[in-house]
Amino acid sequence: MCLAIPMRLSQIDGLRGITQSGGVCCEVRLDLLPQVRVGDHVLVHAGYAIEVLDETLAAETLELLAELGALEDGAADGAS
Amino acid sequence: MRDLPSDPLAAFRDPESMRRLTRRLHELAPSRPLTFMHVCGTHENAIGRFGIRSLLPPWLRILAGPGCPVCVCPPAEIDAAVRLALERSVLLATFGDMLHVVGRISLARARALGADVRVVRGPHEASLLARRHPDRQVVLLAVGFETTACTTAAALLADPPDNLGIISAHRLIPPAMDALLGVPGLRLDGFLLPGHATTITGTAAYLSFTSASGLPTAVAGFEPVDILLGLERLATLATEGRVELANAYGRAVRPAGNLAAQRAIESVFEPADASWRGLGTIPGSGLALRATFRRHDALARFHLELDPDLPDSVPGCRCGEVMVGLVEPEGCPHFDAGCAPTSPRGPCMISAEGTCRSRFIFRESELD
Ligand code: SF4
Repeated sequence: MCLAIPMRLSQIDGLRGITQSGGVCCEVRLDLLPQVRVGDHVLVHAGYAIEVLDETLAAETLELLAELGALEDGAADGAS
Repeated sequence: MRDLPSDPLAAFRDPESMRRLTRRLHELAPSRPLTFMHVCGTHENAIGRFGIRSLLPPWLRILAGPGCPVCVCPPAEIDAAVRLALERSVLLATFGDMLHVVGRISLARARALGADVRVVRGPHEASLLARRHPDRQVVLLAVGFETTACTTAAALLADPPDNLGIISAHRLIPPAMDALLGVPGLRLDGFLLPGHATTITGTAAYLSFTSASGLPTAVAGFEPVDILLGLERLATLATEGRVELANAYGRAVRPAGNLAAQRAIESVFEPADASWRGLGTIPGSGLALRATFRRHDALARFHLELDPDLPDSVPGCRCGEVMVGLVEPEGCPHFDAGCAPTSPRGPCMISAEGTCRSRFIFRESELD
């Protein structure tokens, strides 16, 4: 029920926005995100954009996971 | 700033990252078995869909808590919506999930009996319906946690027509988590916090809970990597005996949350005592319309009272206990023996995010 889908905001017209996700366009309300900009990835729930996804933090999480992999590889190298 | 890949979710479904996180979990060595609870139907659904339980070390158990807003909603609110639709001929709008849960009867049954019941994607569509039908009374049965409550608030702040009424069955998560701590026989070692409700409230809303409960907490998202990351953080904190809040869903959840959404909720609603299936009445866990929005209060408009005497559950259904983690769905004698998604007995099997339904649909993936 709290499902929220990440979508890219491609147009803003006042409090209405158009999002795109996998080639599908969708109208969303922007009432809850006054600071949103075209191009942002937003989480959409019940027809409303509820948060902007922070791409820097997403990238940081992915880098952290990549580091985990590097650590493991390092450990494997050391063992061999 | 680095761009997210064209499919922003792909990286969070990466099997290699899942394998690494799973290995890290297995490397931990807590001094006792750990039981964590999540309080989000979307988490239960994702945990089942991605077979997360089958990846966990034997010392780690994940229980589902009261995270399905449709399931926690007691029959009184549904019954009021059914009565408005059948007896007062209102155009009753609600989310698809609410159609089949039962007060005395369900809204789907009311529709079969001739009531005008419509499914809307969100509160804004209910407002549009009211605008399109100025000669009708349109009532939205609004259900959901903070994630959804802010959208109802936004619709009411956007100058809706006067013929739009709402029944607020919204519920707040933090008071329910306080109540869970008092459930006799429930022993927990940490909470996975609901990613999207926390998007609205911010992690700040859970800091005092974390220190007062003495249990670590971790916010997690809904992709398999997100969930494993949340569990790994939580298990690490619990193993090291640290009572802290970890945010494993930083891309969507900020410490202060979505302030505009919080302001919307605060200006439209005030906290009210509300009843939860399985937990009883929890102070300040519901949202009632403030006086300035009372003209949109459907119950007041139609002089309707919630019936407090409707039984909480179908005879024999153990949803109340499933909802607070005291019974696993498989522990209910009716699970797959008279109760199934095609012939559900209780809301936990009826709702798309009910614990019994998720467990039923995805259980094959756990037979390993
Ligand atoms: S399996 Fe069916 S009867 Fe048993 S608790 Fe779940 S919904 Fe209720």
